[in-house]
Amino acid sequence: MSLSAPVAAEPQPVRVAGSYRRMATLFFANRLAVTGLVILAALLVFCFLGPLIHHTDQTHTNLSAANLSPGTGGHLLGTDDVGHDVLGRLMIGGQTSLEIGVAAGLLATLIGTVWGAISGYAGGWLDALMMRVVDAGIAIPALFLLLVTATILRPTVGVQILIIGCVSWLVPARLVRAEALSLRSRDYVQAMKAMGGSHRRAVFRHIIPNAIGTVVVNATFQVADAILLIAYVSFLGLGVPPPKTDWGGMLSKGISYTYDGYWWLIFPAGVAIVLVVCAFNAIGDGLRDSFEVRLEGR
Amino acid sequence: MSDQPPTLAIEDLSVTFGSGHRTVRAVDGVSVTVAPGEIVAVVGESGSGKSVTSMSTLGLLPPTAKVGGTVRVGGVDVTTLDGPRLRAVRGAEVAMVFQEPMTALNPAFTVGWQVAEALRLHTDLSRKQALDRAVELLEMVGIRDASRRLGQFPHELSGGLRQRVVIAMAIACEPKVLIADEATTALDVTVQAEILDLLRDLRTKFGMAMLVITHNMGVVADIADRVVVMYQGKVVEQAPVDDLFARPEADYTKRLLAAVPRLAPGERRDREAPEKETAALSLENLVVEFRGKGGSRVRAVDDVTLTIAEGEVLGLVGESGSGKSTVGRAAIGLVKPASGTVRLLGESLGEARGRALRRLRRHCGIVFQDPASSLDPRMTVGDCVAEPLVINGVGDRTERVVALLKSVELDPALRLRHPHELSGGQRQRVGIARALALDPRLVIADEPTSALDVSVQAAVLEVFLELQERLGFACLFITHDLAVVGRVSDRVAVMNQGRLVEVGARDDVLFDSQEEYTRRLVTSAPVPDPTEQRRRRAERHRL
Repeated sequence: MSLSAPVAAEPQPVRVAGSYRRMATLFFANRLAVTGLVILAALLVFCFLGPLIHHTDQTHTNLSAANLSPGTGGHLLGTDDVGHDVLGRLMIGGQTSLEIGVAAGLLATLIGTVWGAISGYAGGWLDALMMRVVDAGIAIPALFLLLVTATILRPTVGVQILIIGCVSWLVPARLVRAEALSLRSRDYVQAMKAMGGSHRRAVFRHIIPNAIGTVVVNATFQVADAILLIAYVSFLGLGVPPPKTDWGGMLSKGISYTYDGYWWLIFPAGVAIVLVVCAFNAIGDGLRDSFEVRLEGR
Repeated sequence: MSDQPPTLAIEDLSVTFGSGHRTVRAVDGVSVTVAPGEIVAVVGESGSGKSVTSMSTLGLLPPTAKVGGTVRVGGVDVTTLDGPRLRAVRGAEVAMVFQEPMTALNPAFTVGWQVAEALRLHTDLSRKQALDRAVELLEMVGIRDASRRLGQFPHELSGGLRQRVVIAMAIACEPKVLIADEATTALDVTVQAEILDLLRDLRTKFGMAMLVITHNMGVVADIADRVVVMYQGKVVEQAPVDDLFARPEADYTKRLLAAVPRLAPGERRDREAPEKETAALSLENLVVEFRGKGGSRVRAVDDVTLTIAEGEVLGLVGESGSGKSTVGRAAIGLVKPASGTVRLLGESLGEARGRALRRLRRHCGIVFQDPASSLDPRMTVGDCVAEPLVINGVGDRTERVVALLKSVELDPALRLRHPHELSGGQRQRVGIARALALDPRLVIADEPTSALDVSVQAAVLEVFLELQERLGFACLFITHDLAVVGRVSDRVAVMNQGRLVEVGARDDVLFDSQEEYTRRLVTSAPVPDPTEQRRRRAERHRL
């Protein structure tokens, strides 16, 4: 073969649409995921824009209008035991639940991703040490930690976000570490090391971006879990202090009136929690399918 | 041979995947016949439809595939058969040997169990009888000490032995047709030569019809009676093997044959290696160990001493597990040596720390084998090439990236795309551009063309050699392909089991070696010329 040997033309690969566009197409083809997205959007509008249309007094009690059944006195979903309009309460309670849930879920994901990526990339004794910390954290029930801290600190929204974020980063840390273990031996990471690149660059420019699929999918589940967790804590009476409330807190108050037949104190908040958790899970499933190229056309 | 009715007759086969505007026609009107006792090779590059053709004869295509035409095995059209009848054909009438023997065998069962299983699926032998027959079969495929091997697990066998076991399973029910789909691709050349000998023996013993799917023109020249050349789903040429190599008719065949690198004394780059005193890389008594099971140490590289002068290309050849890649990685400090020293441009790599180490590494580039995994899928091509510039704080990056892409003959506009939107050859060019970004004085090329089709390989090698000549960097070119080494190197080093067998001028090592291992390696590499290949086979059997 000489240097000028004629060479068969290599067939051009089919120009595929950008990966984000392809993912969006796949995501929107998933009916369940789109339903989840619609439910979530509806709940957000309801909680954050609803109070602009439906004006209610959620700070002053009005015992003369307590425990009204739905439809009476202009209260669409009735009133609770201190006379707050339940529909309006559902809106401001949802604000708290969603704020804490999303913020705590993201915080947990952030901590977990960085922790897991460093641990997996480093390997050796540092990995062993960091993972034993995770194991120890998982061994302590999150609910127990939450309850203990709630009794020590005044449970404001900020404190709750911080606490939930700090107890639920363990699962994403394990997931990302597993990804990092396989990613760190990829040739592009080796090539970058050979060029004299730093460890920081390897973790933040190569490992985390390539684990982003796992991270994003897990983040949606984290948010759902955080909303449930905050509902538990509030249900046990250790949620945000009045006059603020959240869905868990509303359930907790309503439960004392179960035997009186005041169903409107329980059902709206319960349904809202179920809806938001299902919506986030459906979105997570849809995202996972769209990140996974091989599942295309299933 | 050709007057008998064919055992396997594929007629006007077409296979399409997908539907609507995304239909892909993988195989388009292919007709191939194989007579009893005949070996027909189907060659083509990736995407030519050769594997899809072979899969369709066993009805192994995924359910999304639409099949047209007929595939007759001994007169029965297998495309019309349903599940149970198709299973009766598989294994008993048509058997298949796959590329990767490790994945074709179940790691959880012993070799004997698996061979016996293949027998008991199609015959009513008892367990004991099946095991006895398994011993016979293993002996037939040239496994010595067969009764002891029965109790072993696949991971306890070498790649060559595993492939023999797979072949034993395939011939267990004496099928009429044996399909070998890239059956020797994953094997070392010396083992490949043995497996090809075995297939040839089995053909004479059983008179099976064999369909050999391969991309390797050397394998074709070695084993085939007749050759079918495929390109983009169509058959472009069918001819007896001697005619095809001597007088190729289709343009594509001609181009394909021209692109295959040949190992011959005349075929070399015409240039004088520069005579320079300073060494770009010198390894002194390099030893690399990896920790194995239970704290034992595996010596991957054992006492290797090598030097590469500035501007020189040293080809490092060896079979898998010979430690050649580890030498390459140790040379730029990706692997820490257990003892010995690595000197880059006269400075010891082991003693350099921090800034000094970074400065030394600036002078090195590395090109990896698999361009798909050596480029970060989440970065654009431009970012990939610019990465060494960013790490080392070089300005004017866009201009430099454009110049680099042009130098590897790529359209600079490609820098905005992601690696998966490029073809394999284009990606490897990007890999080379990245390695050259900092004007290195030494480039480590670890099997840079092994994952590419021959025509693409030829083009990439050409670009690489042209750049080497122009920029004058020294190069450690690691490969298992002797023809490629012959093409690029000034000097050649041969490694076997972690040790350096010999180092010397290219022609001395490749054509006039005194070392037995080197000679066996050289004669095992199949050449794309049937007459020459027959002569070499005879020579190898003498060795």
